[in-house]
Amino acid sequence: MKKQKLVVVGNGMAGMRAVEELLKLAPDLYDIAVFGAEPHPNYNRILLSPVLAGEMTINDIILNPLGWYADNGIRLHVGKLVTKIDRVARKVVAADGTEEEYDRLLLATGSTPFMLPVPGNDLPGVISYRDIKDTDEMIATAATHKHAVVIGGGLLGLEAANGLKLRGMDVTVVHLMPWLMERQLDKVAADMLKASLEARGLKFLLEKQTEALLGGESGRVAAIRFKPAPGYDPGDGLEIPADLVVMAAGIRPNTALAESARLHCNRGIVVNDTMQTYDPRIYAVGECVAHRGIAYGLVAPLFEQAKVCANHLANFGIARYTGSVTSTKLKVTGIDLFSAGNFMGGPGTDEIVLNDAAGGVYKKLVVKNDTLVGAVLYGDTADGGWYFQLVKDGQNIRELRDQLLFGQNHVGDGGHAGVSKAASMPDEAEVCGCNGVCKGDIVKAIKSQGLFTLDDVRKHTKASSSCGSCTGLVEQILASTIGGAYTPADAKEKPICACTDHSHGVVRQTIRERHLLTIPGTMHYMDWKTPDGCATCRPALNYYLISTWPGEAKDDPQSRFVNERAHANIQKDGTFSVVPRMWGGLTTPAELRVIADIAEKYQVPTVKMTGGARIDLLGIRKEDLPKVWADLGAAGMVSGHAYGKSIRTVKTCVGAEHCRFGTQRSMEMGVKLEKMLFGMGSPHKVKLAVSGCPRNCAEAGIKDIGVIGVDSGYEIYVAGNGGIKTEVAQFLCKVKTDDEVKEYSAAFLQLYREEGFYLERTCHYVARVGLDHVKAAVVSDPLTRKALYERLLFALKDYADPWREAVEKPAVRREYQVIEIREAEVVS
Amino acid sequence: MTGWIRVCALDDIAPLGSRVVASSQGDIAIFRTAADQVFGLHDKCPHKGGPLSQGIVHGNAVTCPLHGLKIGLKDGEAVAPDKGCAKTFAVKLDAGEVWLQLK
Repeated sequence: MKKQKLVVVGNGMAGMRAVEELLKLAPDLYDIAVFGAEPHPNYNRILLSPVLAGEMTINDIILNPLGWYADNGIRLHVGKLVTKIDRVARKVVAADGTEEEYDRLLLATGSTPFMLPVPGNDLPGVISYRDIKDTDEMIATAATHKHAVVIGGGLLGLEAANGLKLRGMDVTVVHLMPWLMERQLDKVAADMLKASLEARGLKFLLEKQTEALLGGESGRVAAIRFKPAPGYDPGDGLEIPADLVVMAAGIRPNTALAESARLHCNRGIVVNDTMQTYDPRIYAVGECVAHRGIAYGLVAPLFEQAKVCANHLANFGIARYTGSVTSTKLKVTGIDLFSAGNFMGGPGTDEIVLNDAAGGVYKKLVVKNDTLVGAVLYGDTADGGWYFQLVKDGQNIRELRDQLLFGQNHVGDGGHAGVSKAASMPDEAEVCGCNGVCKGDIVKAIKSQGLFTLDDVRKHTKASSSCGSCTGLVEQILASTIGGAYTPADAKEKPICACTDHSHGVVRQTIRERHLLTIPGTMHYMDWKTPDGCATCRPALNYYLISTWPGEAKDDPQSRFVNERAHANIQKDGTFSVVPRMWGGLTTPAELRVIADIAEKYQVPTVKMTGGARIDLLGIRKEDLPKVWADLGAAGMVSGHAYGKSIRTVKTCVGAEHCRFGTQRSMEMGVKLEKMLFGMGSPHKVKLAVSGCPRNCAEAGIKDIGVIGVDSGYEIYVAGNGGIKTEVAQFLCKVKTDDEVKEYSAAFLQLYREEGFYLERTCHYVARVGLDHVKAAVVSDPLTRKALYERLLFALKDYADPWREAVEKPAVRREYQVIEIREAEVVS
Repeated sequence: MTGWIRVCALDDIAPLGSRVVASSQGDIAIFRTAADQVFGLHDKCPHKGGPLSQGIVHGNAVTCPLHGLKIGLKDGEAVAPDKGCAKTFAVKLDAGEVWLQLK
């Protein structure tokens, strides 16, 4: 079949992102032609400011080199302005007469700078700040002239002013409004910003309206004249010298071409949620578009639009664009500034404010109906990404409210020396302690590879790809490097992996509602893009299926990480570790002898205590594992789940059995819990502890479930975490008896098993759904609690000892056997 | 073609699974895909030597169990942007039997 023809008008970031997304989905569907008015391949317009500031070169910011177009069979017409769309003959015509026919047309004509309609706005030396040509002219002028005036104190104007100042010019910023960046900042933050820029030598004239630009003898612009303000003092000068005038007073969607083709425009080319214009063959994305009445000028929403548009061009037809919440970050090196959402507040909103003028820190959070709706940060933007996420997700912040202003990272993050402010870090500072990635490596990768998302950075640098504790730092580095282009991923809507567009939540719900029982069945029903998934989605699907339909869905060992397939913990050299079960941490001399014998017999190189207070035998070869388990089994022992997304251990103190302070029999309680939960799989690992008195020697305060004995019974705490992020467990309820401890603990864990996302620890799960939700199901409603308890017991009732199966069942034992071949017997 | 050595029956390898073969050239991982194709790779990830045989198989690739590098089964190449290459071994399927050729 002959390919359909796709013509793209506009060779900028939005248009090319749409083409890239399309090539990912349907590489062979279209014959593609691209027109670009500028004589360059697609470049990263956001990084023009660092180019102007002398921190980067044009070559650094090319996103798609010419070879990319050729490699993908795209006909590129650079330096050709399209002047006509013939919708009847379905073709576009460029100024030089070049024609391309289309079956589908994508308009990505971007925006044009708004030039103030004042006399002299066409003089030489009066320019806008939009493209490579403007940037080159500014750099050239800075070398030969002295006085620069930037009209417009918004994001773009300030970045231009900063760049010109760094290039040695004397720069004045003229702004019509009473404070800078009024669309992104409140007055307090803007005044702090102004003071900081003044300290760098920039001058500001606020509330000044330009009357005319005046030419000099050479014919070039020489001065700028303002209108006298009310109450004007004739002693004040109305003119200042200007050898270069940069207009940065806003942009207008470039709709001229669309209007000439009689496509409906209203402050932008009007599109629907599938990015189609009023002519369904014609799509539009980017700054030229008006979607639901809004034209976006930041790149993050444009990328979202591009993705939706590509989805429809590829005939998938399932994506919708419903608008974006935007955030702003100023790309002026050394100034930390962030704003998002409704930062001005208004009726019905509350403000939480920290204002430390001397320390140069200002934070304002705007709260409405227990959700965060906007934020302005100056000086300390460490938590900008987190606040933005809270705004986007509309998460209930009632429980966080008293700590919200102090940010997400004020307690407990390990692995990067407690540093939480990316801007102040030197390039050689280590950001990712797991993979040894420094700040400079990340910045370099973002700039040279054109990275825009956290996932991109993870793939290219490995930073934040292991334990994830440095994710906040990496997000900040990304935000400060690419400014407004950065948008944090929407956790609720984020696809599980590249194999699907569906999120964890949607997949869980669909498996339940459609009674899906197998991985291939789920992939087929939910339109998976890969034939058998990947190492990210298959374990998640396997977990969702067997936890939702216990007894019906069958476990798939090939979709489990090796530890859960081999029932031991893989080590860096490919050997495994075995942690013999000690219920509640109790053992006997006889059991210790068995363990000692095994360690000698299999020449175990390392024997140590685990964090959960069990004995770890490290360095066992895989083929020896079944033999080790057989020896344990012969002595009446069983191995332990020290490796899985499952119940790990129940740690106990000695309790009332021995301790002179003990109020409850914590060892006995711990054994009961560990036996009840034997074999319980879960979204992530689960650790418990039981202490016999409030001295809490078993450290129950940082466990997924911590039980603390008191004279009158037990206190139950949930959602603690002692790992990557130290999180103190929250009080759930108080109960009287051992049986109640079992019932409430089981109910909480079953709720987590049914609602948690794969690889979500209890602390993250409870932060997502709220402790009130947990209490409503587990504490206040006895019927729901009992039903949860019953469902957990049902799911666990047929759990077969996996170590015994590996010893006794030949088909399972095969997993552990190395195949020996006889190389001498070669068949010719 | 010479030098083919019988390894095992196809059914001795789980679909989307693998087996390890001990050879004079080190451990070799034999993979079976969902489409019942078989591939052989040196059982060492080019990144930090992880046993590829223990990884999750998907499509024509395996994800190393240690640090998650994706390695193509056909050519042993790490999937971009990662770099590195695991040595490949010729493996064929004949009448339900898996055969290996040592270089």
